[in-house]
Amino acid sequence: MAAETVVEPREPAIFDIRDLWAYYGEKPAIRSVTLKIPEKRVTAIMGPSGCGKTTFIRCLNRLHELTPGARVQGEILLRGENILEMDPVLVRRRVGMVFQRPNPFPTMTIYDNVLAGYKLLGIKLRREEADRIVEEALRKAALWDEVKDSLHKRGTYLSGGQQQRLCIARALAVKPEVLLMDEPTSALDPKSTAKIEELVVELKQSVTIVIVTHNIAQAGRVSDYTAFFYLGELVEFGPTSHLFTVPRDKRTEEFLKGKFG
Amino acid sequence: MKGLFWRKLKDRLAFFLILILALLPALPLIHILYGILKQGLASLSWEFFVHLSRPPGEEGGGVGNAILGTVMLAVLASLMAVPVGVLCGVYLSEYARGKFGEVVRISADVLQGVPSIVLGIVAYLWVVKPMGHFSALSGAVALAIMMLPVIVRSTEEILKMIPETLREASLALGVNYWRTVLKVLIPTGLVGISTGILLSLARIMGETAPLLFTAFGNPFWNLNPLQPVEALPLTVFKYAISPYEEWIRQAWGASVVLTLMVLGLNLFSRFLAWRLGGHGR
Ligand SMILES: Nc1ncnc2c1ncn2[C@@H]1O[C@H](COP(=O)(O)OP(=O)(O)O)[C@@H](O)[C@H]1O
Ligand SMILES: [Mg+2]
Repeated sequence: MAAETVVEPREPAIFDIRDLWAYYGEKPAIRSVTLKIPEKRVTAIMGPSGCGKTTFIRCLNRLHELTPGARVQGEILLRGENILEMDPVLVRRRVGMVFQRPNPFPTMTIYDNVLAGYKLLGIKLRREEADRIVEEALRKAALWDEVKDSLHKRGTYLSGGQQQRLCIARALAVKPEVLLMDEPTSALDPKSTAKIEELVVELKQSVTIVIVTHNIAQAGRVSDYTAFFYLGELVEFGPTSHLFTVPRDKRTEEFLKGKFG
Repeated sequence: MKGLFWRKLKDRLAFFLILILALLPALPLIHILYGILKQGLASLSWEFFVHLSRPPGEEGGGVGNAILGTVMLAVLASLMAVPVGVLCGVYLSEYARGKFGEVVRISADVLQGVPSIVLGIVAYLWVVKPMGHFSALSGAVALAIMMLPVIVRSTEEILKMIPETLREASLALGVNYWRTVLKVLIPTGLVGISTGILLSLARIMGETAPLLFTAFGNPFWNLNPLQPVEALPLTVFKYAISPYEEWIRQAWGASVVLTLMVLGLNLFSRFLAWRLGGHGR
């Protein structure tokens, strides 16, 4: 049944996910998800709370397995290579993540937060190179103009929305191929939310984005493709414009009408 | 009306009773500080801090060697207890799941309750006996064992308070767990961990019993960890029970120095903890 409601994207896929199951202990939170995620596009993951959105994207950078008792089964091909058989550290260098709540490192300056992906790994950079990476990442995250004069202040001194963009800059600084975002605006005010939505649309020129949201309007504004999850299953996947106007599955339709939230 | 009056009166009485009971623990502290300062301040002088003691009967002299010895014992004990204690705390907070972690945790708690003189005996058996003589090192071993449980448990508690999202921020950047511990968790918890270390130091600096047959005491200057060393609590103990008036006065002076050192450490660590709690920013 799932076969007809899950559409193949027209663009080349960066992730090819096959029969993915994710468990907490014995309880499956993701059930047999098969899905291709198109490169350099924004894919929204949508569904009522508790349906497994967070669990799903945490599989894509191998964070899921850090939860005690959690395990994953199936295949997740990143450009043809199964990440479940790769070193998780290498996977996470290629697949960055932005979390639900901004989490800059409180002991670090704005500058060091952006470079955290290098500094924490003990990678030495020449001064000019470091400066260049910081500016580039902050510009990409649309934060440069606001912080260029306070780069050596603590990251936690920024507002919530700025902190979240700092976290985006931090993730972008190591030049990932994919950026996962787990409800990145749920802790932010409408203005900061709008800014981040704008940013997401812009970023897809250089990076593939998978964004979890339970906000239907947000998915409509930022995404090219939408995946609708329900009770751990992928119910429907297709171009956002199609899925929003002519949903094929009744549960998708009901969700879009706001029947469950 | 009368009922109301009596109820109010009873209420008042209860309040004062509680107030008095609450002040009770502070009384001995105030009394001790007052007594020590009154008796001891008189013997404090420049000489007292930098000189050795004189034979009984002679005026003057000081406890310089005991102050130096106490500092040396504290440094040596910290060198042993801090790395082991912090790593053990990291292990309990980050890696220990299940039975083994519980065993380590209970051991730390039990160790905290072992009488300090017993730890002196342990250090005697481990260090003094094999070496064949008393030494600062053996005293420091006894003190380090006393410091361990405090450092272990406080490090564990502090690291557990650090939000999970901070660990994940680091891991999601492709940083492995060990580097995350070293470069994110420990720096983030540094103030709290230091507080625990200072509190443990404050706890051991006044200890006499574990030093009696380890550091043993030494009337001369000594910086060699392999030789016996004087310490303030030992000085107080020996001088206070001596029959010489001059020595007894010195015991009071040494008590002042020791009390102020311990009190200072305590207050400083509490200040750090208060800052950690988000005050004074
Ligand atoms: N750490 C965990 N341990 C056990 N069960 C969990 C854990 N995290 C999530 N779950 C369960 O997995 C399911 C999916 O959760 P989640 O992926 O967080 O959903 P969503 O992000 O869509 O709200 C829920 O039923 C939730 O209760
Ligand atoms: Mg979620």
